[in-house]
Amino acid sequence: MNLSLLILLPFLTSLALLVCKGDKPVRLVAAAGSFLQVGACVVLLCLYWKERASGNTAEMLFQNDPVWYAPLGIHYHTGVDGISVAMLLLTSLIVFAGVLVSWNLKMLSKEFFFLLLLLSAGAYGFFVSLDLFTMFFFLEMAVIPKFLLIGIWGSSTATSKEYAATKLVLMLMGGSALVFVGLAGIYFQAGAGRGMHSFDLLQIARMNIPVETQKWIFPFIFIGFGVFAALFPFHTWVPDGHSSAPTAASMFLAGISMKLGGYGCLRVATYLLPAAAHYYSGVIVLLSAIAILYGAFATMMQTDLKYINAYSSVSHCGFVLLGIGMLTQTSINGAVLQMVSHGLMTALFFACIGMIYDRTHTRAVAKLGGLLKMMPFLSTAFVLAGLCSLGLPGLSGFVAELTVFMGSWQRVDAFYRWATIAACGSIVVTAVYILRAVGQTIMGGGGSAVRDQAGALKDAAWNERLAIAILVIGIVVIGVAPFWLNGLIAPAGESIMLRVVGAAH
Amino acid sequence: MHYADYILLIPLLPLAAFLLLGLAGRNRLRKSAGLIASVLMLVSCTLALYAAWRYFFVDGLVDGVYRQIVPVRYNWLIFSPGLSVDMGILLDPISVMMLVVVTFVSLMVHIFSLGYMKGEERFTTYYAFLSLFTFSMLGLVAASNILETYIFWELVGLSSYLLIGFYYDRPAAVSAAKKAFIVTRFADLGFLIGILILAFQAGTLDFNTLIARLTDAGSPQFAGITAASFLGISLLGWALGLVFIGGAGKSAMFPLHIWLPDAMEGPTPVSALIHAATMVVAGVYLVARLFPVFSMDPPVLQIVTWVGALSAAFAAIVACTQTDIKKVLAFSTMSQIGYMMFALGVARQGGEAGLGYTASLFHLFTHAFFKSLLFLCAGSIIHVVHSNELKEMGGLRKRMPFTHIAFLIGCLAIAGIPPFSGFFSKEEILLAAWRSNALVYGIGLVVSAITAFYMFRLYFSIFWHESRIPDRNDGSHSAGEALSSPEGGLEGSPGMKFSLVVLSAGALLAGLVPFSRFIVPDERPHDSHTPLSFSILPVSLALGAILLAGWLYRRGNDRAEKLKIGLGRLYQVVYQKFYIDEAYIFITKKIVFPLVGRPAAWVDKHIIDGLMNGLALIVAKVAWLIRGIQSGRLQQYMLYFFAGAFGLVLLFVYYFNHLHT
Repeated sequence: MNLSLLILLPFLTSLALLVCKGDKPVRLVAAAGSFLQVGACVVLLCLYWKERASGNTAEMLFQNDPVWYAPLGIHYHTGVDGISVAMLLLTSLIVFAGVLVSWNLKMLSKEFFFLLLLLSAGAYGFFVSLDLFTMFFFLEMAVIPKFLLIGIWGSSTATSKEYAATKLVLMLMGGSALVFVGLAGIYFQAGAGRGMHSFDLLQIARMNIPVETQKWIFPFIFIGFGVFAALFPFHTWVPDGHSSAPTAASMFLAGISMKLGGYGCLRVATYLLPAAAHYYSGVIVLLSAIAILYGAFATMMQTDLKYINAYSSVSHCGFVLLGIGMLTQTSINGAVLQMVSHGLMTALFFACIGMIYDRTHTRAVAKLGGLLKMMPFLSTAFVLAGLCSLGLPGLSGFVAELTVFMGSWQRVDAFYRWATIAACGSIVVTAVYILRAVGQTIMGGGGSAVRDQAGALKDAAWNERLAIAILVIGIVVIGVAPFWLNGLIAPAGESIMLRVVGAAH
Repeated sequence: MHYADYILLIPLLPLAAFLLLGLAGRNRLRKSAGLIASVLMLVSCTLALYAAWRYFFVDGLVDGVYRQIVPVRYNWLIFSPGLSVDMGILLDPISVMMLVVVTFVSLMVHIFSLGYMKGEERFTTYYAFLSLFTFSMLGLVAASNILETYIFWELVGLSSYLLIGFYYDRPAAVSAAKKAFIVTRFADLGFLIGILILAFQAGTLDFNTLIARLTDAGSPQFAGITAASFLGISLLGWALGLVFIGGAGKSAMFPLHIWLPDAMEGPTPVSALIHAATMVVAGVYLVARLFPVFSMDPPVLQIVTWVGALSAAFAAIVACTQTDIKKVLAFSTMSQIGYMMFALGVARQGGEAGLGYTASLFHLFTHAFFKSLLFLCAGSIIHVVHSNELKEMGGLRKRMPFTHIAFLIGCLAIAGIPPFSGFFSKEEILLAAWRSNALVYGIGLVVSAITAFYMFRLYFSIFWHESRIPDRNDGSHSAGEALSSPEGGLEGSPGMKFSLVVLSAGALLAGLVPFSRFIVPDERPHDSHTPLSFSILPVSLALGAILLAGWLYRRGNDRAEKLKIGLGRLYQVVYQKFYIDEAYIFITKKIVFPLVGRPAAWVDKHIIDGLMNGLALIVAKVAWLIRGIQSGRLQQYMLYFFAGAFGLVLLFVYYFNHLHT
């Protein structure tokens, strides 16, 4: 399968949008394009499995490596392993669901969908790239449109949307600037002394970068990507950014954008600089354990539904970084599982919150209440998202967190054990804030905002039901039958681990 | 039939009911929901009975040892080689016994609810949740893998949450549900970390392998887990202690019991099923499941013993003062589970030393019958009186003769009066305690008298004591009006009566099962006898307590009131459940929220975010300062350009020289 198709399809869809007239054709084209993308990703998954089943054990499949800019050795090198396939599938599902929940958008709908699809093209490109420069290019593509999405279609709550948009984009740009410094470092150092410079991920992986060099490059790349993945203390763009963004953009931000960071930390930082990953393992574990607990406690005090989910994302993404930092095969699997799981779950959460906000015009927990009575479908979806967040078995969050815990426990030093125990402790705090939110909005008698317009509250419409169904099915399928996803990503995680283990000796 | 052919149906039929009714929503299937769920439950129960018959009487016993059968097992999630979660069903004496108990009580509750929940708006949802619970509980007891147990452990917690909060528009129900979930979650944290330790040290999650490795004193795993220690306690001790915390949370042991009385906000049949007969005994079951490992570490068994004994005594004392019929029953459940726990704690591996183990599960078995009976009777009573308060009841003996007899049977059983079932199991527990620890025996003895007292306080206050029926006619919820309602069948629908009859029979006869022939810790069944003379003391104490309760509560008098005043402050402390709830509220509201949560949120908003904003501000300041550079004047740019170029040339020349010299 030609992976360029996955980038081309959303790109062409966004171009097609430009020639559409009227809301209806625009959303139809956007939906069709993103639906085809889901189809393409499913096909990719099947082809990938088929290829693996037929005994192809190459690290990356479906590779394609044309030269892009020869003087600097930049290639448009694409290829996928199990982890990328999982991330691609996740992205396509979230984007499709995001289009569906934005169905009735009236203001500048053409521009909105255009930017959304452009963002998604950036994400797809990022996940299939095997060339560091190309990867960086797509990373930037997945950042800048966010400024417009939040600035134009966002909502101002505790902070103004302009402030939030600026902050988000500046911090992410800052992150990518760090990444760029690191990439340049790799570029110049990897082939040093051999007269060749390369951006190629697989080539660089074969050259052993000296440990001292790895040590100074690693922080740039890890922190740079870490900003995306809400690495403590660079997570502050998350609450304001998520909360001010329109629903579909929130879904994209938390569902995919944060995963770009996790993926980068794994694919670039850990994979290319394994010795440094070992060296900094303790720091990463410390920061992510702090993020997990501190994010959870901070969530407990929030009163706005979007802030609750945004802060909880800080906590949950901490598991991704914890899994990566622990550097065991199981914990890395867990990190990837958590990326997929958190992506689906948080998208579902934001979708539900957006729908509740559309109807009640508030996200303040204190003003809501008793929604279950009026909107059983929507409320049930909200509860499911909450249960997934608190790690209930049968839903994806449990599988991911458990795998991270299991993997983390394999690090036997006392420090790592305590970090694991601290991370485990978050399951209690999560239960507290989720059940508070659910109890006050879904259950109970009915808050002021709900009483005022009890008649006007309609349950989810067909497009919303479809979006919810897609995401719920995703979290349930992973939660009930995790073996297929685990089987998909475990071999890829193993090849990263091989390098890590190799570097340790 | 092979087990593999049908055993999966036992849990899957309730799951099917859950999916069907859950997806149907609250409006469709409204009439038939109860029937569908009940029929599926009936099939499931029949299969469980069949499996039990096969296991105990046909092929379970091989050469005098009960073998363990794993008829189905599926690979679910592989962590690393050897360490995987397999979804399987493990058949051994305790799991088979539990399958029967769970399906049977669940079936009775399903049937009872047909009448009890009739006309409820969310009737379909109710049955969906009930089925979900039954499925999860069956998964829990039949699990072949410790993480499988944990998975279903959490799921029963969810079902419990959903059912306690069933009347979700009542704030009390919502907060009770939340409390139950969070307190048990806190305990589950212990369970989880315990699992992590056990799994890592034993290198497996499979129960059979885990137990085999950790009970073999010569295995490297056993050496590893006992050699490493932390704070002077071996890793094995930590792991088991942590697992026990999980069990204590689920089983409402002191001090993690605070959720159970509040959980009575759920519909009463739910309390009968979840919070009396099945879910709350999961902790006992967990310890029993891992008993061979527990028996390798006597200090942990000491903890189990004392937590159990303390809970039994604490709950019995509090039960004497509560005035809400369901809360009395809740505390009595806690007290009875305390019995089961300390019985496990005093047991040891092998032969007669295993009596406590047998007795504990025996009591679990009989308790399931008489306690669910008592709860369902309470449901019938509440249905009529429209109140949980004892002071609104009284004299129901004549109006509800049927429920009266059923309740009396339940009371006699729990009080340990022969020949009711509770007598047999409790005698065994006391005997086991007597043989190992006189102090625990003493506690057990006194608590059994207190049990008889508070149960008959309940009995006399509800069914005798005519004068308490108020002659009020204000408000629709007054007892008098409800009693005089002309609806005819005060005793509920035939289905409700049927359940009561069946459970009464169980409460009467369950004690006749020769338990040590089925359930012993080392799977080598034998006959065991409790000497008759041993029973004289407990039974006469219980009879005395019943007489005392009758003297105080049978007729309207001021003796009880005087006693209450006489006890003064002490009574208040007990009535307020020793202020344990207040202690928790203090910890959460005064410590966790203001001293951890709020600072975290504040630090994030002001310090960390402030730092980021400060950084941005500095950038903006610098930009402002240097913006003069970009003046738009060409001459100035030229100057900069040449200055820069000159500087670069100098630098270049310097380095060039430097490099080549």
